[in-house]
Amino acid sequence: MSEPLIQLQSVGVRFGTHDVLRGVSLDIFPQQTVAFIGESGCGKTCLLKLVVGLLQPTAGDVLFQGKSLRSLNEKELTAMRLRVGFLFQSAALFDSLNVFDNVAFGLKAKGGVAEADVSARVVERLQEVGLPDGVRVKMPSELSGGMRKRVGLARALALDPNVMLYDEPTTGLDPVMTDVINELILQTRTKRPVTSVIVTHEMRTVHKVADRVVMFYPLSRLAEGEPQMIYDGPPDGLATAADPRVRQFVEGRAGA
Amino acid sequence: MASDSAQPAPGIVSSIADSLVALGDWTAFSWRAVTGLLTRHFKRRELMHLCLVVGLDSVGVIAITGTFIGMVLAVQAYSQFHQIGLDTSLGAVIHMSVVRELGPVLTAVMLAGRVGSAMAAELGTMRVTEQLDALACLGVDPVRFLVAPRFLAAVLMIPMLTVLADIMGLIGSSFVCLRVYHIDAYHYWEHTRAFVGFWDVFVGLVKSVAFGGVTALIACHRGFHGTAGAEGVGRAATQSFVISFIVILALDFVFGLLANSVHDMIWPPSGSKPF
Repeated sequence: MSEPLIQLQSVGVRFGTHDVLRGVSLDIFPQQTVAFIGESGCGKTCLLKLVVGLLQPTAGDVLFQGKSLRSLNEKELTAMRLRVGFLFQSAALFDSLNVFDNVAFGLKAKGGVAEADVSARVVERLQEVGLPDGVRVKMPSELSGGMRKRVGLARALALDPNVMLYDEPTTGLDPVMTDVINELILQTRTKRPVTSVIVTHEMRTVHKVADRVVMFYPLSRLAEGEPQMIYDGPPDGLATAADPRVRQFVEGRAGA
Repeated sequence: MASDSAQPAPGIVSSIADSLVALGDWTAFSWRAVTGLLTRHFKRRELMHLCLVVGLDSVGVIAITGTFIGMVLAVQAYSQFHQIGLDTSLGAVIHMSVVRELGPVLTAVMLAGRVGSAMAAELGTMRVTEQLDALACLGVDPVRFLVAPRFLAAVLMIPMLTVLADIMGLIGSSFVCLRVYHIDAYHYWEHTRAFVGFWDVFVGLVKSVAFGGVTALIACHRGFHGTAGAEGVGRAATQSFVISFIVILALDFVFGLLANSVHDMIWPPSGSKPF
């Protein structure tokens, strides 16, 4: 197997006196699609933010292509971030910019791209996520939840990233739009050699797009394996798939 | 018992420690923002827009505030000065107060309330909706990109707003003194000319620049550190105003002492003021 692209080494995150993650270790390999599942508040989004350096671990280390994020200077960190696309839970579109400017933002900020090329790339990405041409001039406040997610995805893909991070990409969407987003994630993966990490609560998304599932329980990793293994076992030894907490989450049952 | 009372309460120690940490964080944040003026993240078009928001949109409220401050000062001071027959000195006293103190301080307070709170709320909302994180992911430093132009817009616009407040205060007070109380205009203006000089205007404007810069940096810092939800955004806006207000008053005191010391160094008290 090739070298891991992203490595979490005994990572801990603490806010004030509250531990969110403790001693989490994980390797993510190139072109894998990994889904993080687990109950709300167990630190899944924190993990995504650790990967892109938006959050600093209070313990342990995060490595990108074998290099610790702590060792990167500002310029190197920016270069690393430009290789990572991030679809935020709320899409995080810039309110004061229209759709075109949102998607073009990263290209313009990076510099060195001709205006015509920026325009062509934006049109291409909007088409890729299935948005009509007329949407370019709309403001984020005029878009539906699903459209916002698609614009967010187009913006994340505009810089041709090697890694895509999706934070609950289907949360708040109807079943049809959920499937549209799932298809877009699959399509993104097939069109380019991209490594994907998806935080989700949707088991349908896990089954449809993930090669590997990691389940988190408050503070740490509980189970890991291929999607089917989470149902049927055997997992990697951290816990059996028969663990009542795994079963409870997968089956979506309230506590015993 | 005695030893207990000698020990500071843990709550006080942690509060002081927290305040020092926050001050250090604000200083580093401010340095990053100010140095951001020299980087590629700084956009002139954004600066123009912000100058309009900070400056032009504040003209009305600053003009009204300045006018009423001048008028109120005139009404309050007249009864005292009239009793001792110093009506014509009112111009000097009121205009000195407006130019050196009330003009810069009230303009800065209005700016903190009208613009600072809006900046804190806007940036706080951007934080809550992860727009600040999105900027960082797109290779843009949010502090340099968002705070640097806001800081510069405040620093550039506040002296102009202060001059407006000064002029309107002068007009308001003159109207009351000359038209309502019929004070002799010649002596009123002569006293003003004799006592209010370039130095007073200069000190007022220097103070206003400092107030504007600090207010913008406090507002942006609060916005960046806002907590989640509507309550967090509201709290950031409130904190921005309250902290700015206290800092403006504290800075005004420090500037007052400093300006007097500098004045006495350049023009020793025995000598008359050259201008």
